Amino acid sequence: MESQVIQKNHQEIVSKPERISGSEAVVRCLLAEGVDVLYGYPGGAIMPVYDELYKYQKQIHHVLVRHEQGATHAAQGYARISGKVGVAIVTSGPGATNLITGIADAQIDSTPLVCITGQVGSHLLGSDAFQETDIVGISTPVTKWNHQITKASEIPEVMAKAFYIAKSGRPGPVLIDITKDAQFEEFDFEYKKCLGIRSYTPTPKSDNSSIEKAAKIINKAQKPLIVWGQGVILGQAEEEFTAVIEKAGIPSAWTILGASAIPSSHPLNVGMVGMHGNYAPNKLTNECDVLIAIGMRFDDRVTGNLATYAKQAKIIHFEIDPAEVNKNVKADVAVLGDAKETLSKLLVLLNSNSHPKWHQQFKDLYQIEYDAIIKNDLYPTKDGLTMGEVLKEINVQSKGNAAIVSDVGQHQMIACRYANFNKSKSNITSGGLGTMGFALPAAIGAKMAAPNREVVAVIGDGGYQMTIQELGTIFQTQVPVKIVVLNNNFLGMVRQWQQLFFDKRYASTEMTNPNFVQIAEGYSIKAKQVNKREDLASSVREMMAHDGPYFLEVCVEKEANVFPMIPTGASVSEIRLS
Amino acid sequence: MDTEQKLFTVSIYTENNVGLLNRISAIFQRRKINIESINSSVSEIDHVSRWTIVVTISEEQMRKIIGQIEKQVEVIKAYYHTDEETIYQESCLFKIKSDLLFEERTIQNIIKESNARIVTVNREFFVLEKSGRKSEVELLYRELKPFGIMQFVRSGRIAVTKDEMKITQLLEAFASA
Repeated sequence: MESQVIQKNHQEIVSKPERISGSEAVVRCLLAEGVDVLYGYPGGAIMPVYDELYKYQKQIHHVLVRHEQGATHAAQGYARISGKVGVAIVTSGPGATNLITGIADAQIDSTPLVCITGQVGSHLLGSDAFQETDIVGISTPVTKWNHQITKASEIPEVMAKAFYIAKSGRPGPVLIDITKDAQFEEFDFEYKKCLGIRSYTPTPKSDNSSIEKAAKIINKAQKPLIVWGQGVILGQAEEEFTAVIEKAGIPSAWTILGASAIPSSHPLNVGMVGMHGNYAPNKLTNECDVLIAIGMRFDDRVTGNLATYAKQAKIIHFEIDPAEVNKNVKADVAVLGDAKETLSKLLVLLNSNSHPKWHQQFKDLYQIEYDAIIKNDLYPTKDGLTMGEVLKEINVQSKGNAAIVSDVGQHQMIACRYANFNKSKSNITSGGLGTMGFALPAAIGAKMAAPNREVVAVIGDGGYQMTIQELGTIFQTQVPVKIVVLNNNFLGMVRQWQQLFFDKRYASTEMTNPNFVQIAEGYSIKAKQVNKREDLASSVREMMAHDGPYFLEVCVEKEANVFPMIPTGASVSEIRLS
Repeated sequence: MDTEQKLFTVSIYTENNVGLLNRISAIFQRRKINIESINSSVSEIDHVSRWTIVVTISEEQMRKIIGQIEKQVEVIKAYYHTDEETIYQESCLFKIKSDLLFEERTIQNIIKESNARIVTVNREFFVLEKSGRKSEVELLYRELKPFGIMQFVRSGRIAVTKDEMKITQLLEAFASA
């Protein structure tokens, strides 16, 4: 017989009851969750909460962005560099809908966000009231969870759940919509942290037999290849991961979001996989005998044509999200669970190994890529600055310690390919959604979350102008981000495709750009433009040494292409060098 | 074969919260899958809803979709079954002119033979209810159609599985953790 189970979330009592308003409760919940910064934009339906933020401004820093999209990206940058939950707060209607791009970006890139939206009074819901929009309906497909609050008494439990859901398991964005009357209403506030929800299993239990099977296959492998993703970083499994690859001597390649989990200089780091990844790991994906995927989801930009992807290899998939297993690539062994736990269990079962011949294959292919592409990207002899040499210069000046926040397009691929990373959580970019306009606001959030780290935003001239208004946020907060715009006066990646696949019909990709230096100077941001190679090193040095925000425009070659490249629909082994 | 199109009955246990319909139907919508029928009701467990969704897709797609449904925070567990693995029913209502009931002998026989039930009769119309498998409902529809049907409506499928689904144990394990 089925018996009744009372619905009850696991909770931890944090504060005693106290009679306060819903809006004050929102702020108190944020404080209880350790939030120190939030990004937002006020408006009618969220004004009661802003009134409380005014009172609590010593405890919680509100950053006024210039567009709500900037609030989500800033919160994403904050979350990606710190591993903490990023928070955005905006009003109803357009304030809320402007969050959607950032929320969708956070959903596909597994970034923990809590977005709070004001909503019209509950008596007006559904009546097409001023600035009313069904944001819960709109955000449903792009949130991990969302909820509308119409009574103040719901606030503590819902907020606690929001933070728990955003952060636990595979992280993601949560949206909480709060009606204005719920913000005004008084109630007995008591905060209990959420420790578990009965319908939600954030981390599936790992099963030892699958780890043993994986270890057996890895121990027998002659040509094993690891492809790791952001799961290693989100699971804080960098140490365990390093120990595994070092013990088993396995060449390891990364997805864009996995970058920086181990240093770029690590001898087992064989570079990036995917469309503009490195030659060796892409080619050898179709030669390895065992492919070990760790915390990655076989995105189409990584796999190319699935019908010809690693068909010769046994596939082992370490993954926290059961829905990702067998979604794109069928796994021979799936190891569910948190990477930190599963990798440490795997470690003890692995034999020491080194695979020198197999490594040599990577080195040989790297040499081919170096001669054909890397050399000319980093040490060009022809006139015209390359994006690669700018990245090389940033590497030199930052000694690989900077966090690089990139936008989307050619410069992003170049930044991911050539940036040196010494430290985890250093590559902050929009991977899954490919959101132009991400970098400038994300850099603001990243720098605020990690004030002691150098944060360099590398942006194209197209994407820069999508959220250029956030220069206002930088001006007002004086957050010392370094902004490098690689200006080729083109939407470069689209132009590259037009050149390669559309017979050079450059439809709407050439840009007539404004004077970027003057614009930055309009916000009193120190700014400089570089046109000549001989000025590059000193300009980057000046930028890095500058105490405060700095804008550097580098005018790069107009029609340069990013290679290697796996054309859409081609196999990883058909990767082109030109 | 995994890619062959088949009829599946999806059973989902969820918390009883506003907005879940959107969340679950969006998973089908983004893959452009037509939901043939959908039903939401209480389940054998207090405060737990049960959804029954019928779709025709490949088993490979079905597995992926179940994964994405289960991933939703408020979904307790989701299953999919073939017809052989479930006991299923749907019901329908016919509104028909009352004159026909008295004038047409055949209609009386159809009602008797089909095990349909008369819910109400008044001077103008009577309402006939029939529960059964889709084919039985369709047969009755075909038989009554020539006489003229004023209104017809059919419910979505509801189904119980032959196997146990162990939701209570799942919830108890959480409560005692």
